[in-house]
Amino acid sequence: MEQGIITAIRTVPLDHYVLLSFLLFSIGVAGVVFRRNTIIILMCVELMLNSVNLLLTAFSAYHSDPRAQVFVFFIMLVAAAEVTVGLSILVMMKRNVDSVDVNQLNRLKG
Amino acid sequence: MSTDLLAALVPALPLVGAVILASLRRKLSANMAGGLATALIAGSFVASVLLFLGFDANVGGRTVKLLDWIDVGGMQIPLALRIDALSLTMMLIVTGIGSLIHLYSIGYMHEDERAPTFFAQLNLFSFAMLMLVMGSNFLITFIGWEGVGLCSYLLIGFWYKTPEYNYAARKAFVMNRIGDVGVVLAMVLLFQRFGTLEYASIMDMATGVNDPLLIAATLFLFIGATGKSAQIPLFTWLPDAMAGPTPVSALIHAATMVTAGIFLTVRSSVLFELAPFTKDIILWIGTATALLAASIGLFQNDIKKVLAYSTVSQLGYMFVALGLGSYSAAMFHVTTHAFFKALLFLGAGSVIHALGGEQDIRRMGGLKGHIKITYITFLVGTAAIAGLPLLSGFFSKDLILAFAFQRSPVIFGLLLFGALLTTFYMFRLLFLVFYGTYRGKAHPHESPLTMTIPLMVLAVLSVLGGLLNLPHLFGGNEPMKHFLETAAAGIGYEHLELSALTEIILMGITTTLVGIVIYVAYGRFVKTTTLEGEEAAMPVFKRLIAQRWRIDELYRALFEKPYSWLSMNLFAVAEKKVMVPLMNGVGDAAIRVGDVVRRVQTGNASFHLLAMLCGLILFLVITLLSN
Repeated sequence: MEQGIITAIRTVPLDHYVLLSFLLFSIGVAGVVFRRNTIIILMCVELMLNSVNLLLTAFSAYHSDPRAQVFVFFIMLVAAAEVTVGLSILVMMKRNVDSVDVNQLNRLKG
Repeated sequence: MSTDLLAALVPALPLVGAVILASLRRKLSANMAGGLATALIAGSFVASVLLFLGFDANVGGRTVKLLDWIDVGGMQIPLALRIDALSLTMMLIVTGIGSLIHLYSIGYMHEDERAPTFFAQLNLFSFAMLMLVMGSNFLITFIGWEGVGLCSYLLIGFWYKTPEYNYAARKAFVMNRIGDVGVVLAMVLLFQRFGTLEYASIMDMATGVNDPLLIAATLFLFIGATGKSAQIPLFTWLPDAMAGPTPVSALIHAATMVTAGIFLTVRSSVLFELAPFTKDIILWIGTATALLAASIGLFQNDIKKVLAYSTVSQLGYMFVALGLGSYSAAMFHVTTHAFFKALLFLGAGSVIHALGGEQDIRRMGGLKGHIKITYITFLVGTAAIAGLPLLSGFFSKDLILAFAFQRSPVIFGLLLFGALLTTFYMFRLLFLVFYGTYRGKAHPHESPLTMTIPLMVLAVLSVLGGLLNLPHLFGGNEPMKHFLETAAAGIGYEHLELSALTEIILMGITTTLVGIVIYVAYGRFVKTTTLEGEEAAMPVFKRLIAQRWRIDELYRALFEKPYSWLSMNLFAVAEKKVMVPLMNGVGDAAIRVGDVVRRVQTGNASFHLLAMLCGLILFLVITLLSN
C-alpha cells in the first residue's frame, strides 16, 4: 500500500473508524429488519458488508498487515455474487406478485 | 479332483440349480427345468459316490473348511463341511433318492404351470438338506435345519390357491419352529459348557463327562428332533403335510427331512450316551408314537394319509432304536425306510396320476391289471415295510426288535404289535387299491417312463437294502454298523448279546404273525371288500381312532382356544383401553402443541430476520459469558 494513503488513514484515530463501522452496520441491520422494500433490504445488506470492509481496511493500515485486505477482496467478490442472486429474486418477485414489498411473500405462514 | 472341491460341489450344485431355476422360472419349460434340476442333483450324487469311494473309514472323518465365518471374541465358527461315515451315508441317501425323485417329478409335474418354481424349491431343499448332514458344527447343521423347514413350508403350500394347503403349510412351519427353539437352546447350553460348536471337539471333550447340563442339552436336542421328525407331541403336522405334491411327500416327508432328528441324535450320540434319562424318554416317546400313528393308519381313507401315518410310525421305531442306544440300527432303518417309503409314496403318486388326481382308496380297486409296473413295485414296497423275510425292512426292523427284546420283553411286545398294525394297514391299502373291482370313474393309464424308472430302481433297492447291514445270522458281518462306528462313537457302546437261537425264534414269531395278519387282511379286503363307512356310524372307540385320537382337537382346546381367548382379552383391555388412548393422546398432544407453536411462523420476512438476529445475539452473549 502506498505510504501516503496509510499516513492519511492514520490521521483519523482508530476509534472513529470502529464507531463509524458500528453505525453503518447498525443502520444496515435496522434497514433489513424494519424496511419493507426489498431493494432497500438488499442495499442494507450491502451496507453491512461494506461497514465490515471499512473496519478491515482500517485495522490493516494500523497494524501494517495486508492479510485483512485479502479478505476485503473476497467479501467484495461474494457481495457481487450475492447481489446477482438477490436481484434475480427481486425480478421474479416483481413478475409474480407485482410488488417489491417483502411482506407480500408470506405464504410460509404457519 | 481334490476331495475338498468335491465336498464343496455336493451342496453347491443344487444351490446353483435353485438360483438358476428361480431366476429363469418364467422362461424355462417344465421339461427343461426338470432336466436341469435332475442333472444337477445327479451331479451331486456322482460327487458323493466319488467321495465315498475315496473314503477310508479306518482313517476316520475329516473336516473341509471353506471359510472363516463367525470369529467374535471366543466364538469361532467356520463354514466347514464334515466328511465322515455318517455324513457320507446321509449324503448318498439324500442325493441318490433325491435324484430318483427329481426324475420322477419331471413326469409328475409336467402339466403344472409352475413346474420350474417347483424344481427350484426342490433343488433348494436338496442344498439345505446337504448342509444339514454335512455341517461340521451345530450351527451349519442348524442353517440346513431351518432351510429344510422353509422348503418344506414352501412345497407343502405349493398349490397355494387352495386355502387348506396353506393352512397345512403354516401348521408344519409353526410346529417345526417349536422344535427349533429346542435346538437353539441346546446349542446355547453346549456352547456355554464347551466353548465351541464343532461336533468333533464337543464329542472329544464330552467323553466321560458327568454333568446334569448334558441331560438338559440332550432333552432340548430331542425336542428339536420331535418337531422335525414328527414325534409325539409335535407329529400332527406331518399327515397334513401331504397337501404338497406327491414327490415332495416322498422326498421331504418320508425319505430325508423327517430323518433329520435321527441324524442329529446319532451325530450327538456321545452326549446321549451320557444322558440315560433322555434315552429313556426317547424310548417311550418313540414307542408311543409308533403305536399311536400305526393305529390311526388303520382307518384312513386317503392313500397318502395312510402312508403319512405309516411314516410317523416308522420314525417312532427309529427313535426307539435311538432310545435303546442302538444307533446303527436306527441309521439302518433310516436307510431302508428311505428306500421303501419313497417307493410307496412314488407308487401312490403314480396311482393318483393314473386316476387323474383321485386320492380316496374307496374309489379305487382292481388297478393291478391297468398299471402293472406300479402294482408290482408297490407290492414290493408293501412287502418290505411289512417286513417279509429277506426284504430290506425285515432286517432293519428285526434288528430294532431284537434290541428291544434284549432290553425288555414288554417293549418288544408293544413294538411287535405296532409292526403287525403296520402290516395290516399296508396290506389293506394294497388290497383296496389294486385288488377287487374298480370303484371309480376315471380311466386308469400307466405313468410315463420318467416315473416308472425311479419306481423300479427303488423296488430293487427295497429288496436288496438288507445287504447293507446283513447280520451275522445270515452270514454277513454288519458292514454298515462297522462303517458308521468310525463316525458316531456312541455305536461303540452297542452290544447285542442274544443267542442265535433267540434271534431265530424272534424272527420266527414275527414272520408267522405277519403272515397271519396278511391272511386276515386278504380275507377282509379281497374276498369281501370292506370299506370304512361314515365316521358318525362307527362304534365309539373306532371313531376315536378314525378321528386321529382327536389330537388336533385336543391341541385346539389346550393351546389355540386359550391363546385366542388371551388375544381377544388383550385386544379388548390392553389394546383398546391402554394402548389406543395412549397413542391417540400422544397424537392429540402433538396437534395441540403444534397449534400454539405454529403461530410463531408468521410468514413475515422482516419478523423472521429479526428473530434470527435476536438468536444470533443470544448465542453471542452466551458464548461471551461462558468464557
